[in-house]
Amino acid sequence: MPKVELTHHLKRFFPTLGPQTLPATTVAELVRALDGQFPGIAGYLVDERGALRKHVNIFIDGEMVVDRARLGDALDERSEVFIAQALSGG
Amino acid sequence: MSSRLLLGTRKGLVVYTRGPSGWRLSSVHHGGNPVSYAVEDPRDGSWWAALDHGHWGQKLQRSRDQGRSWEEVKAPAYPEDALRGDGKPATLEYIWLIAPGPASQPGRIYLGTNPGGLFVSDDGGDTFTLCRGLWDHPSRVQWSGGGKDTPGIHSLVIHPNDPDHLMVGVSCGGVFESRDGGQRWAPRTKGLVASFLPDPEAEIGHDPHLIVACPSRPEVLWQQNHCGVFRSVDGGARWAEVSGPGAAPRFGFAVAVDEVNPDRAWLVPAVSDERRMAAEGGLSVSTTADGGQTWRELRVGLPQEGCFDLVYRHGLDKRGPTLVFGSTTGNLYVSEDEGESWALVSHTLAPIYSVRLSA
Repeated sequence: MPKVELTHHLKRFFPTLGPQTLPATTVAELVRALDGQFPGIAGYLVDERGALRKHVNIFIDGEMVVDRARLGDALDERSEVFIAQALSGG
Repeated sequence: MSSRLLLGTRKGLVVYTRGPSGWRLSSVHHGGNPVSYAVEDPRDGSWWAALDHGHWGQKLQRSRDQGRSWEEVKAPAYPEDALRGDGKPATLEYIWLIAPGPASQPGRIYLGTNPGGLFVSDDGGDTFTLCRGLWDHPSRVQWSGGGKDTPGIHSLVIHPNDPDHLMVGVSCGGVFESRDGGQRWAPRTKGLVASFLPDPEAEIGHDPHLIVACPSRPEVLWQQNHCGVFRSVDGGARWAEVSGPGAAPRFGFAVAVDEVNPDRAWLVPAVSDERRMAAEGGLSVSTTADGGQTWRELRVGLPQEGCFDLVYRHGLDKRGPTLVFGSTTGNLYVSEDEGESWALVSHTLAPIYSVRLSA
């Protein structure tokens, strides 16, 4: 099953968050599965239409996802997914 | 007399409490997160905060125990068929206002949002529904962004004797009134001037920075915008400019009106639409006691040089003799004598977005 790791910034809102192995064949399924483990976390990653938030990035084996609108990028059993926030600030 | 002050700031919700020696910082919540608006619901004492996460979207937080614990309430979602004026799918971009409903509607809470949304809850904020009557108003395609990329709703006036009588301020769109609880809306912009529009007297497209009503005389409304200070004495049917020549205030965002006397109002003027900083480097509050015919500048206790403060639309509040304002440079000033003299409470806060006194 794909592995997913998330930025530690999200631990502020989901303190028990850590690397997960979840059943999913697309990024969208992965986000849904994550939300099952950590209710509400999907709303931090995607908007109410399921599109990736502007300042959130998802990488599959080091490559940024292509489909930001529907998160249809495919995953396989060995995919390693990393969910990060863009750096910005002040 | 007010005893608590909730500040929405760029770095969290900051709470001040009045003690024997004056106002003191009592707690900080959601530290580090921008809080676009925070308010105490006078009906049940619950605290509300709208969080504007740079990365993770807009969130709503509620505390039923005065900040000891918080729960995230599901943020409002635009319906699937909701399109912005530019035809793109509407998604929640900003929560500009949290407005508890009247005592006669215990579970009612309103949210003003970008793009152009008025959301309504009747279950204490557990769920919100878009007010379709306003969203589907044919003028919405003419609304535009004002300070943000998309139009936003920042003001709501609920008539104290008729909870179905509502008035909203849209930037940029104008002033809209509903007499049937939000099903049908009509623009109320006659007499306003919008010099930034091709037709300054157009019905749609105005940028009313904030609309407030006198609680005991709700037919008297005040607003300040890019083109002056305006007042209506007939519930918005007709507005009249009351920003006179000379020292009278013209440009600014915030306005407070007396709870009893509809002729008394306070504003924090800025130098001009183009520059948006304190006039001549000094901070002042303008007040009128005659409905805007004459104005006085209140400066006692306020610094008179080196000020770059701007006070946003929700950055000024009044309750009884207490007036308070917070600025973009993190300064917080309080007056206990209706603005005649001021005292600095803090000069080290983050930029302040909202200032709300509670009982």
